[in-house]
Amino acid sequence: MIKDFFLRGLGAGAVAGLLAGLFGFLVGEPFIDQAIAIEEAAAGAGHSHADELVSRGGQAFGLFLATTLYGIVIGGLFALAYAFVKGRFGPANGQTLAVTLAAGGFLAVVLVPFLKYPGNPPAVGDPDTIGQRTVLYLVMLVIGLLALGAGAVIHRRFGWVAAVPAFLVIVGVAYAVLPAIQEVPAEFPAVLLWNFRVSSLGMQAVLWGVLGSVFALLSARQRVRV
Amino acid sequence: MSQMSSSPVIPVRTLLPWSVAVPVLLIVAYLVTMDSAGVLASSGDFLHELMHDGRHLLGVPCH
Repeated sequence: MIKDFFLRGLGAGAVAGLLAGLFGFLVGEPFIDQAIAIEEAAAGAGHSHADELVSRGGQAFGLFLATTLYGIVIGGLFALAYAFVKGRFGPANGQTLAVTLAAGGFLAVVLVPFLKYPGNPPAVGDPDTIGQRTVLYLVMLVIGLLALGAGAVIHRRFGWVAAVPAFLVIVGVAYAVLPAIQEVPAEFPAVLLWNFRVSSLGMQAVLWGVLGSVFALLSARQRVRV
Repeated sequence: MSQMSSSPVIPVRTLLPWSVAVPVLLIVAYLVTMDSAGVLASSGDFLHELMHDGRHLLGVPCH
């Protein structure tokens, strides 16, 4: 049975990743292009891109590769989490559980880190601090997962009225304690930054939304057949 | 009856062997999203540059 879940998760994740890539290609790519134009203008006329390893077209293809691989990874982890929580936490109905778990995953893995350390377009970010920013981002992601887990445990015993505040307090304390990162250049266009970040969040929403829905649909098909 | 469709709890004993999949998946996730100065970046930057846009839009720190 876990094997069924796992394969279902990998498949649903691949579909979710492809569709997220399509969303990113249509919605997000124009903002990346605009940011790269700013980056190149800032680098000056002497900056040549003739020796680039991967062309911009190649990077657009790479977008699909990245989101699909990412979707498969998330799908596999999602399936194992689903196998664990099924009957232990959350809705009893398998399909409702799949969609709920996807919403929880988006909340913990995407939204919680995003609100503290949002993604940046090219031309934003100091390469010297990439290590520190990566660690802080992952710490925030793990705290999101811990807060979600704590929320699930508390929800089972005390209901939403205790689970939601507990989740918010854990995340809120982490937001207050962890250092802020501000590396957006003063002259970077605010509208472009906003558009890029909304498209980035939208792409993740597509990924997790499709993952939960397709996983639930595949579960329904399986049940009819058995 | 749809509420009855849920199967019983899967024992942790049964789940445990599947935990070996977790590090494998996380390594793939690492190669896609992180690795700004790691394995792929040092092996000529190709895959790192190839997945550049995906990394930005997935919202992970890139550069």
